[in-house]
Amino acid sequence: MNQYLPYILCLILFLIGLYAVLVKKNLIKIIIGLGIIDYSLNLFLVLVGYKKQSIFPILSKDTQIQPMVDPLPQALVLTAIVIGLAVTMLMVAIAIRLYEKYGTFDITQIRKLKG
Amino acid sequence: MNNIIPLFVILPLAGAFLNSLLGRFSKLFSDILSNIVCILTTFFSFVILFNLNLSPNNILTYRVGGWVAPIGIMLVVDHLSVLMLLTVNLVALCCCIYSISYMEKYTDKWKYYALFMLMLAGMNGVIITGDIFNMYVFLEIAAIASYALVAFGCESEELEASFKYLVLGSVASAIILLSIALIYSYVSSLNLADISLTLSNMVDVNKVYFIKFISLLLIVGFGVKSALVPFHSWLPDAHQSAPAPISAMSSGVLIKTLGIYAMVRILFNIFGVGQKILSIIVILGLLSMFVGVILALYQWDYKRLLAYHSISQFGYIILGIGLATPLGILGGLFHLMNHSVFKSLLFLTSGATEYTLGTRDLRKMGELNKKMPLTTFSALIGSMSISGVPPFNGFWSKLIIIVACIQAKQYFAGFIATIVSFLTLSSFTKVLKYGFYGKSEVDHKNIKEVPGAMVVPMIILSLCCIFMGLLLLPHIRQYFLDNVVNVLQQGTIYATKVFELR
Repeated sequence: MNQYLPYILCLILFLIGLYAVLVKKNLIKIIIGLGIIDYSLNLFLVLVGYKKQSIFPILSKDTQIQPMVDPLPQALVLTAIVIGLAVTMLMVAIAIRLYEKYGTFDITQIRKLKG
Repeated sequence: MNNIIPLFVILPLAGAFLNSLLGRFSKLFSDILSNIVCILTTFFSFVILFNLNLSPNNILTYRVGGWVAPIGIMLVVDHLSVLMLLTVNLVALCCCIYSISYMEKYTDKWKYYALFMLMLAGMNGVIITGDIFNMYVFLEIAAIASYALVAFGCESEELEASFKYLVLGSVASAIILLSIALIYSYVSSLNLADISLTLSNMVDVNKVYFIKFISLLLIVGFGVKSALVPFHSWLPDAHQSAPAPISAMSSGVLIKTLGIYAMVRILFNIFGVGQKILSIIVILGLLSMFVGVILALYQWDYKRLLAYHSISQFGYIILGIGLATPLGILGGLFHLMNHSVFKSLLFLTSGATEYTLGTRDLRKMGELNKKMPLTTFSALIGSMSISGVPPFNGFWSKLIIIVACIQAKQYFAGFIATIVSFLTLSSFTKVLKYGFYGKSEVDHKNIKEVPGAMVVPMIILSLCCIFMGLLLLPHIRQYFLDNVVNVLQQGTIYATKVFELR
């Protein structure tokens, strides 16, 4: 049971984010929800490469060869964080513009498009 | 010859960089630079097509940085990629020429061109890459550029549509990333061909369930990106609000590349799709077809109507591919090409009428056939192609799909496809009557035909609509379309072919 706990934490984080995106009416809360979804996935990616009692994957001349964690998911997480940053920036910029146009962050009042 | 493959990403990326660096000093510079980039990428996709038939196994590969396949990133081009490359770059070229005049009314044209080039780089990247995480990165590049482009006008509707698109698109990307993480944890590889080989050699009782679960996750993720029916709600808003060339790009090629191409590549060539997943795809296709066309019938906004028709025509493509018979796949992929051409043509005509009249409401248009003969002609050709009137290209692909349905004994699907075709025809009769030929209630005395830079792409695309049916002639078909069908038919043989060449 104990070894599954981090994965359950990931799932809980993912569901919290999804809840915020689906239920909350405030633009900023939706953006935060998407951020939480991103973080839960990054955590999951790191956990995929994690091994118990192993070292960081850098080999220099004087270190002994020991079991190490998988470095590839860490590289992937770095890329995913950068992409998440770009998306969050764009979303915040659009939310600010929306506030200028409508004077509110409430999505129930931002609905000019219909049909 | 393999060395020109990375140019499909490098050229647009360089274009984006130079545009954002130097574009602010001269409008002419960014116009010329962007068009040259699009012309070059279109030219190179034809070069690749002619070289592909000469190469062994009909596949070209390129190792990025010289690393050997499962370790480094590999770029792979086969006939399916070439079909997508040709459509994407041709439509991008037309939209780029069109933007020269159309985007004059917006400020900061160079920012538009920089984002446009980024979107093109992302789409070409998705098509040529042979690495699943690389595919995700390019997919996000194209998607982020398109979110920004939808909001480009910064009016309230555009911002609202863009935010909606952003939220749904990000959730879809999260689901795709989750499935990539799961694939990596199971297979320990990110190379598409390597994943396929490892999966087929693996002995594990849970393998079948794993593949089913991942396939469903991917169908949801790419389904949102390609706006299949339960996930379609962002598409009408986004395509209605974006500038016309961007609507043409995203409806014509973006949702196909990010959605269908990526989904089909992974499901057919990597996992080797099973019967249950195929029937889910067929059901999604039928739903999209029917719901899309029914919603389109009510619309009076020209671009919104076209956007709903995109959903419905998408259903045809998915239905054809989901049948998984050679004829069905041929029809689906041919319809994919045709739809890119005629839907971008129609969106460009909607941009032309908006440019002169300042409205998209069909009831305020009318009597344009005398004043804007070329735009009306293009709209007529596009409408007849999309509603499947012979001899235009839409007729042939729809005919093939319906015949394939009947051959596969899916009579109900064939029936729905025929009905939807009639409904599409009736919807476009409305467009032509109210929008272009009928009497107008508003005075249209002072309008004239749009500038030449907007007419030329519409004429090019109309000619494509008229002559693309010729691709089905036996000799030409053998050279191009049959090879594309083979790529999907052979399924996981893709992996062995790639590894022989690495």
